[in-house]
Amino acid sequence: MADFGSTDAEAFRAEVKDWLAANFPPSLAGVEVAMINATGPVEGDALLWKQRMGEKGWGTPTWPKEYGGGGLSPAQARILQQEMAKIGARNPIGGMGIMMFGPTLLEYGNEAQKQRHIPPICRGEIRWCQGYSEPGAGSDLAALQTRCDDMGDHYLVNGQKIWTSGAQYADWCFCLVRTDFTTKHEGISFILFDMRTPGVEVRPIKLISGVSPFCETFLTDVKVPKENLVGELNKGWTIGKRLLQHERNSLSGGGGSAGRFASGTSLDQLAKDYIGVDATGRIADPDLRARIIRHQMESRAFMLTLMRAQAEAKGGGGPSNATSIMKNVGSKVGQDRAELAVEIMGLQGLGWEGEGFTDKELEQTRNWLGGKATTIYGGSAEIQNNIIAKRILGLLDHQ
Amino acid sequence: MAVLNEEQTMLRDAAKAWVQERAPVAALRKARDSGNLAGYAPEALREMAEMGWAGVVVPEAHGGSEFGYLSLGLVLEELGRNLAASPLAVSSMAATHALVRAGTDGQKAAWLPGVASAEAIIALAVDEGPRHDPAGVALAAEPSGDGWRLTGGKAFVAEGMTATAFLASARTGGKPGDENGITLFLVSADAAGLSRAPRHVADSRDYAALTLDGVQVGAEAVLGEVGGGHALLERTLDVARIALSAEMLGMSAQAFETTLDYLKTRVQFGQTIGSFQALQHRAAKMFSELELARSCVEAALSAIDQDAGNLPEMAALAKAVAGDTLNLISREMVQMHGGIGMTDAHDAGLYLKRARAVESLFGSTAWHRDRWGRMQGY
Repeated sequence: MADFGSTDAEAFRAEVKDWLAANFPPSLAGVEVAMINATGPVEGDALLWKQRMGEKGWGTPTWPKEYGGGGLSPAQARILQQEMAKIGARNPIGGMGIMMFGPTLLEYGNEAQKQRHIPPICRGEIRWCQGYSEPGAGSDLAALQTRCDDMGDHYLVNGQKIWTSGAQYADWCFCLVRTDFTTKHEGISFILFDMRTPGVEVRPIKLISGVSPFCETFLTDVKVPKENLVGELNKGWTIGKRLLQHERNSLSGGGGSAGRFASGTSLDQLAKDYIGVDATGRIADPDLRARIIRHQMESRAFMLTLMRAQAEAKGGGGPSNATSIMKNVGSKVGQDRAELAVEIMGLQGLGWEGEGFTDKELEQTRNWLGGKATTIYGGSAEIQNNIIAKRILGLLDHQ
Repeated sequence: MAVLNEEQTMLRDAAKAWVQERAPVAALRKARDSGNLAGYAPEALREMAEMGWAGVVVPEAHGGSEFGYLSLGLVLEELGRNLAASPLAVSSMAATHALVRAGTDGQKAAWLPGVASAEAIIALAVDEGPRHDPAGVALAAEPSGDGWRLTGGKAFVAEGMTATAFLASARTGGKPGDENGITLFLVSADAAGLSRAPRHVADSRDYAALTLDGVQVGAEAVLGEVGGGHALLERTLDVARIALSAEMLGMSAQAFETTLDYLKTRVQFGQTIGSFQALQHRAAKMFSELELARSCVEAALSAIDQDAGNLPEMAALAKAVAGDTLNLISREMVQMHGGIGMTDAHDAGLYLKRARAVESLFGSTAWHRDRWGRMQGY
């Protein structure tokens, strides 16, 4: 049920329609301005759209107005989303600031930190990156060794981070550091620093898909002001974990990526185009057809589960333990789809570059390879299963 | 492991030693990064030929050693371990088989010595689209003078840019989809009217798209029977499928061993990740699949040596089982290595890419499952 009367809802819908008609440049229908903004400046209509949405606060519709958010109720935010979808308008404000860091800072940051960092996120002006994993701390994130020493009037940070998404484009970093070496989880703190601080060095990592969305980040005597500690000293693990819940929520489709599974050419059509049909008009390869059907059913079940979770979460409460299930199922559905697409298209779906392949076919190859990371990052599939087994099912380790 | 005779053991050990020293995975990476379409350095092929690997199934009378298919399969398996590119599977095994089986004395004398020394590379030009469809050939061969005129195209011809000649299927009768009316031709790569263009596939190996624009060949270019080439084509393809299965077996074995090594050395939560039962069971599963795949591949290789009547069935079984095994292990290789397995600097991605490409060649896993089922009457 909507949390306000239907008359109000219709009035709000009308208001949204009017505003979008006046402010959304039609040239941007279907254009992911947020994706462009993630790696560089935007200009022209894209810049205009980003500025207008940022000013209005509708890029972060449910965030508090006092920090630059839209101040909308979840029901109003859904109306906004529906009206934007109708005209192909995409949210131009995105990135880790929106998906992970902002919600966490709103919960754990002090007033000064919120005043300083949230409004630029709402306006899409500052790109954040995540300083979490280290070479020796992947799945075992709490084993992190990057040290943060109290130098009296500032902190000094030394260590190495890896898989820092978008670090080469980022303005700021939220980072987990070790402030106590005598204990594990209770010796971790959550700090923020400007990526232009002397001592921060970034090296992109080339992936199997040929792109470099991640970096190694080396931190050598990086001076961090004391006001950039979020929460209490040695209490960063709780904050860091909360942020991971937001991350898993966004990675599993709760943050909107679910639409990707439903969009684009269907596997059924792809198979008919590349393999052909039998006398009855069905996909000519019965083995492949059976597996496509099984995949489509699982995909449908996943979509229904997403919708059920969203319905159940209506009224607040934030991401729940169920997000762990979503990430594993969502990543599997995505990977299975890409695997099936490769199989359907044969070598035509494995093109790397050059003549003989359409742009779509080349993109498919890179997506297939890039998608392999979805069961590794943001807590691997194995870690998600551990979380489900231990926290939800109550299964214990060796006793 | 199949029971090997002394010569086979020596051949396998020599292949293992050479591959380790001269064909590390880094060689494929180097070829890729330097734009070398072949996927291997010229001297690597020369060395392989000097060791006699290109002539393992070539009769002694034509410069080969006649060691047999299981023997050549051992070499292909070792090459597969390090993703070592070569024309051995396609040219030295499959095309050679076709020549030995169906060639006239003149054709054998003309082609086999070159194949045995690797100076000639004969690629199989069969499919005309991305999906494997041997009977779907449309490339037209029309009588012309004493010979034939060939017009049409071929897609994704493996080793096609480095080939010196092609064993090409063409239609001398019937329509695409018919098994009757198919004829095989030996066409020199420098024939007038034949052009080729590279196709860059994710596995960084050699593929070509061929265009034949009225290519004139003589009567001696026909291999086997005019119009009755389908059986020879399928036989040649089965040998190629088994050759690729041997490569896939080697890839699977190495990908598994590399992953197993990582499970034993990577420490998280204060212990090696291989101490976690969830991963132990997945490793045990991979090991089991690998053992099954080995049985199928070795039996298929032996079936060629014995000219066994169930060779088509064995080829389909080997390609499908090796395909499933390699698919599982290459995916697990990336997943179990975690982030490092996603980097271009690590080998896991190269195994994953080759796994999918080799699976698509000469019939995918699903294609062979369906084929095997039909052969069994299911």
